[in-house]
This record gives sequence, C-alpha cells and structure tokens, in this order.
Amino acid sequence: MADVKLTHVKKIYSNKVEVLKDINLDIKQGEFIVFVGPSGCGKSTLLRMISGLEDISAGTLEIDGQVVNDIPPALRGIAMVFQSYALYPHMTVYDNMAFSLQIAKVSKDDVDQQVRKAAEMLQLTPYLDRLPKALSGGQRQRVAIGRAIVRRPKVFLFDEPLSNLDAALRVATRMEIANLKESMPDSTMIYVTHDQVEAMTLADRIVLLSAGNIEQVGSPLELYEHPANVFVAKFIGSPAMNILPCRIEKTGEQTEVSLSAKMSVTAPITTQASEQSKAAFFGIRPEDLSVVASEEEGFLSGTVSFIESLGEATLLYVQVPGCEDMVIAKESGTLSIQRGEQVHLSTAPEKMHLFDDNELSYRR
Amino acid sequence: MVASSKRTPLTFLVHATVLFLVVLWTIPTAGLFISSIRDKDQLSVSGWWTALSTSEQRLVTRAYEPKSQVQQGDRFVIRGNLLEGGSGEIARFGFSSLKPEAYAVGDVAEMKKGRTLQVNANGDYVLSSPTEWKGSRGQRIFYTAEVPPRFTLDNYREVLSAEGLGQSFINSLTVTIPATIIPILVAAFAAYALAWMRFPGRALLIAGVVGLLVVPLQMSLIPLLKSYNLIGEFFGVGSKTYVGIWLAHTGFGLPLAIYLLRNYISGLPGEIIESARVDGASDFDIFRKIILPLSFPALASFAIFQFLWVWNDLLIAMVFLGNNQEHLVLTGQLRELLGSRGGNWEILTASAFITIIIPLLVFFSLQRYLVRGLLAGSVK
Ligand SMILES: Nc1ncnc2c1ncn2[C@@H]1O[C@H](COP(=O)(O)OP(=O)(O)OP(=O)(O)O)[C@@H](O)[C@H]1O
Ligand SMILES: [Mg+2]
Repeated sequence: MADVKLTHVKKIYSNKVEVLKDINLDIKQGEFIVFVGPSGCGKSTLLRMISGLEDISAGTLEIDGQVVNDIPPALRGIAMVFQSYALYPHMTVYDNMAFSLQIAKVSKDDVDQQVRKAAEMLQLTPYLDRLPKALSGGQRQRVAIGRAIVRRPKVFLFDEPLSNLDAALRVATRMEIANLKESMPDSTMIYVTHDQVEAMTLADRIVLLSAGNIEQVGSPLELYEHPANVFVAKFIGSPAMNILPCRIEKTGEQTEVSLSAKMSVTAPITTQASEQSKAAFFGIRPEDLSVVASEEEGFLSGTVSFIESLGEATLLYVQVPGCEDMVIAKESGTLSIQRGEQVHLSTAPEKMHLFDDNELSYRR
Repeated sequence: MVASSKRTPLTFLVHATVLFLVVLWTIPTAGLFISSIRDKDQLSVSGWWTALSTSEQRLVTRAYEPKSQVQQGDRFVIRGNLLEGGSGEIARFGFSSLKPEAYAVGDVAEMKKGRTLQVNANGDYVLSSPTEWKGSRGQRIFYTAEVPPRFTLDNYREVLSAEGLGQSFINSLTVTIPATIIPILVAAFAAYALAWMRFPGRALLIAGVVGLLVVPLQMSLIPLLKSYNLIGEFFGVGSKTYVGIWLAHTGFGLPLAIYLLRNYISGLPGEIIESARVDGASDFDIFRKIILPLSFPALASFAIFQFLWVWNDLLIAMVFLGNNQEHLVLTGQLRELLGSRGGNWEILTASAFITIIIPLLVFFSLQRYLVRGLLAGSVK
C-alpha cells in the first residue's frame, strides 16, 4: 500500500509568491504518474514537497494513509533521482549505492546482496569499483537510479532524470525506466518532465500543471483526445493544436460555429441554448486535418504560405482569410503542393474540439 | 587545448613571469641553505655563490709550543702542519702581523736571532733556531691559504644543541599543530551550519563573522590577555601556557577560516546534500561523510595559511607565551640570536633554514590539494 494523497496543498515561498495553489491529487499504489508543464510551473517544487525536501505551506500530504507533512524525507519511504544525478563524487559506485543502507545500519551482508542485485538489474556490475567521474552520463544516471532502488522505497520520485542525456541515450534510458516500472509493479512512481514524449510514453496518468494549478489529470490518451481546456489542448501534441476564435451560431446536439464571415462548420458537440451567439474557440489538431481536392469537401480554405517537409510528414502553414494565426496541417508523406497554392482542408467531425470563452472544453 | 599549442605572446608572458617568480623565490632560499652548510671560516670571508670555488683565506695560527722542540745537530727544530691535516694549499706566509704575506711558500724566512721559518705548500712548517726555544706559547704564523670548498653539518649540530634551537623547534610545533587543527575543526562545523542549515539569525551571524575579519589583531591583544588571565585565574590555570596561545590563535584564525570554508561549502552542489538527506543521513553524517571529504582542498589550503601564519608569528607568542627559554618559539629564538650572535652568520643561516623547513614541507605536501578538483563527475 503506497497511495499518495495531496489535499489542498499550497506552497508559498518566503517572498510571498504562491508557487502552488491548492493542489488536490490522489495517486494509487503502483501508478506511474508524470508531472508535466512549462518551465517554472512548480513541478519540481511539488515533487520536492512530496519528498520532504521542501516544507508544505498549507494542506496535507498523505503517504500510505499517514500524514507526513512533518516527517523527514528519510522516513517517508521515498527515494529521489535528481536531474544532476547528485552522486557522491568521492565514493565508488558501490559506496554510492550502499550509502543509504549503511546509514540505516543494515548488516554488511544484506547491503552487499542488495547493492549487487540492483547493480545486476541496471547492468552496473562491471563499474562497481569506479568513481562517478569515470562513468558516462547514462551510467551515472543508472547509478542514481540504482541508489534509489536499493532503498526499496514505496514511492520513487524522479526529477527530469533524462534531461542531461543526449537524444539516443534518452530513448534507451526511457525504456529502461519503463522496464524498471514493469519489474516493480507495486512501487508508485512520480516523474517530472517537460518533455511530452516522455510523459506520453511512460505515464499511467499525466498531471498537467500550469502556473501552480493542475490543469488536467488523466491518461495520456485522455489528455490528447479530450483536453479539458485550451492550455492542455495546446500543450499536448506537436505541433500544437490549431485554436481558432469563432462564434456559436446554432446550439444543440450539433453546434454550428462561424470561423469568419464566409466559413462555418458544424461539430458533433452538445451546447446549451444559452450559449447562442457567444464567442468560443474552435480547435483542430494538425494531424487531423487533411487536404482535399474541392472546396465543397473541406471546411477551411486558404493559401499555403510555408511548407516544412520532414520526410515522414509534411507541415503546411495555411493562411486562412479572416483568421489571425496560421492553421497548421500535418500530412503524412510528401506532397506536391507549392507555396502560394490554394488548399482546402477537411477533418472527421469527431476530431473537432470546441472551447467556451473561458477556454474550457464543451465536451465534458 | 588547440590554442595553447601555439605560442601566443600571452603564454610567453605567463611563462616568463612564472620563471621570474621561481627564480625570485629559489635564489634566496638556495643561498640561505648553502650558507648554512658552509664552513664558518669560509662563510665569513666570501658569499655563498663562491661556495664551490676554492677561497683564499688569511689565517693565523700558532706553531707548537717550545716544549715540543727537538734538537737536530746544533739547531732546535719545531715541526708541524698549519692546516692540521685539512686540505688546502698555502700560497704565502709571514711571521709578523705587519707583513703577513711577506714570503712565498718554499722560501726560508729569516727571523731575529738567526731563527728561520719555512712553510711548504701542503702546510708543513719548520721552525728552526740556533738557541733553545723559550716561553710557553708557540710562534705566531700568518699565512694565506687557498682552501677548497668545505661543507659541514656542524652549524646545524651547534644551533640545535648549544643554541637551544632544538627546544624552540619543539615549542613551535607544540604551538602550531593544535593552533592549526583546532580552528579548522571548529570552522568546518560552523561553515557547514552557516551554509546548509536553516536557523533564525543565520544571516546576522555570517555578517558578524565578516565583520570580525577586519578587527586588527593588535587592538584586541591586551583585552584578550586580560580576560584570559582573569578566567584562567578562576580555573587555576597559569597565564602563560600553551592552552592560552592555542586559544588565541584559534580566535584570530576563526573568522577567516569560517569565511573561506563557508564560501567553499556553500558552493558544493545542493542536490548532493539533499540526496544524502533523502538517503537518511543526519546533519552530522552529511558533514562527516560528504562535506569533509569534499572540502578537503579548502581545508588543506586554509591549513597551509594558518600553519604558516602561526609558525611565523612572533607577536602573539611573545604576548601569550613570554620569552622564557622553555617556552620560546623559533621566531623568538631567532630574534634572540640576532641580538646575541648577530655576527655569526653560520648560526643565523642554519637557524633560519631550520625555521623554514617545516613550512616548506607543509606546503609541498598539501599543495596538490590546492589545485585538484574533487568534484569531477558528481553532477553533470
Ligand atoms: N527557493 C525559492 N524561493 C522563491 N521562489 C522559488 C524558489 N524555488 C522555486 N521558486 C519559484 O517557484 C516556481 C516553480 O519552480 P519549480 O522549480 O518548481 O519549476 P519547474 O516546474 O520545476 O520548472 P523547470 O521545468 O524549469 O524545472 C518558479 O517560478 C520559481 O521561480
Ligand atoms: Mg524543475
């Protein structure tokens, strides 16, 4: 049992800035939770509060049903992996991993057994006698993970563990972490990143934070398919979702919105009659747009002002008359469209998103 | 790396400066050392840079006393050697202080009353007289000798035993070692607390430490001595003891020690310390197992400073230890020697070299920690 429960948790630093405002979160045992959000939104702060390295200004934090607000980090049953590895530079890999057990006065044989087991798991056995400075970045990160494993914590905390690694190593280590989770199904893991690929691939549930608030909690696909608001919609997915200001023309089970004087579209999203004539936001993901031959088939038309060919896909930046921002369309493969050409875009109706004037989704 | 293989004017300047500093430092030290192992007679007539060439010395000695004369035929003869078995070569000689170089070797000098003196290059002399030699003292012989370089440890033997330098050496060590270790220990604890522990008034304490850095030592000497004596009287401790000087040096060294070490320790990566905290280490564990080993370069460099400063100190030693012979430190002893044996260069140079040996050893054994980066590999 290692549930983590945050109730009305707040963080106010000494400079009176409220960095986290009323965080409520219920994490079940064995879950892999990923905190994502833009830089400075408070992800690390939240993680450090769970770890006990940072005081909790208000609210309660429960681990395993026990309020741990005032319990020191070592007694919370957590282990933390830092972004900078934070290995003890003067100790060998073995001593780095054995440190916490030695502090806890575990018998020598047990220490040895656990360290070797963890080293085996992370393929670190050949390096046990080395100092951290004689390891590569990936190996150092594995030592940091190994140091967490030997403590057999109830909750693992990772703060951007991969951000110092190069792209290839990042993918490999990401898979290692996924494997690690699989081999320890009972441990709860909380993982901070600002990389949405990491979030999408690793998470059971994603917690999306912005400016000290939780924007949405859900599985990666939930966040992708049903973003609760414009922020989530734009944050998840790359390139970001196209958001076009519009006006609601007809309410009901099918809502008709006008994008400009000439263009209107009907989305299978229910709106109340009271919403009639209100301003709203229409959202559509670039990968859900496809180029069609005639104006009748599509719902958006414009001139291509820029083309990015990525090989596996092509990005079209389309200037739609009456819309301020360019609409991005992502087509798979290569296209024979030229700059300046007129294109028509269509989509499947169920892929459409509609947000009200407070940027909250109508699909609730 | 690539740039450094090309000789830019700047690197040339750097090398020239380093060379200049090395020469500037080495030459006096070498001179001191060479002087201290030269024969005292040679030292008094020529500088240390001539140590390897033979020196010309004007010397005077007395021939054997008349009672060693032997009669050979009708003459009474005294034989001996001016150099007494030492090596060297005699160039000229004489028998009167007015003309000490009157004769070349091999010549026969005619003295009064038909007496003659002959001196050979190897120092053998023959005094011969038609009448019996009288008196209790031998004839004075002046000579100019070419003496080859002679090196000896006699000077050291003399200063260490006869001049009491051995005792002062031990006194100096007795003062310096605890006066280096105590402030470092105290300062390391304080520096860790001031850098990484959160408690009210921390900033004020740091400001206080910085403020103490600028208090002139001379200003605080007398109040310190008075209060020390007062407190010492209460506990029945005499006024001039080693404990007193240890405390004094500790006090004077602490502000700088705390300041330097705090700057270093607060520069250690915070995540290492947080990581240790998550691993269950108490503040004392963190200090002992993480901070101390990682701060070794800073501790070593401060140790060098403090050691040199205490070793070379005269003022505090005079005030807190006095200058009675059994407590006299090396600097005090040197000062005494300057007064009493100011003309005896062999004594002064040997004493001076003994005084600088320990600082040199300390510096060379610890200097590698000044440059080594212990942190490599800890954080990205
Ligand atoms: N000790 C502190 N005192 C005051 N404000 C702080 C302190 N530490 C962090 N903050 C503020 O708290 C906010 C959140 O910081 P945090 O480190 O949690 O961001 P983050 O989401 O982890 O960002 P990143 O992705 O860049 O790591 C930031 O605006 C930061 O300026
Ligand atoms: Mg962060």
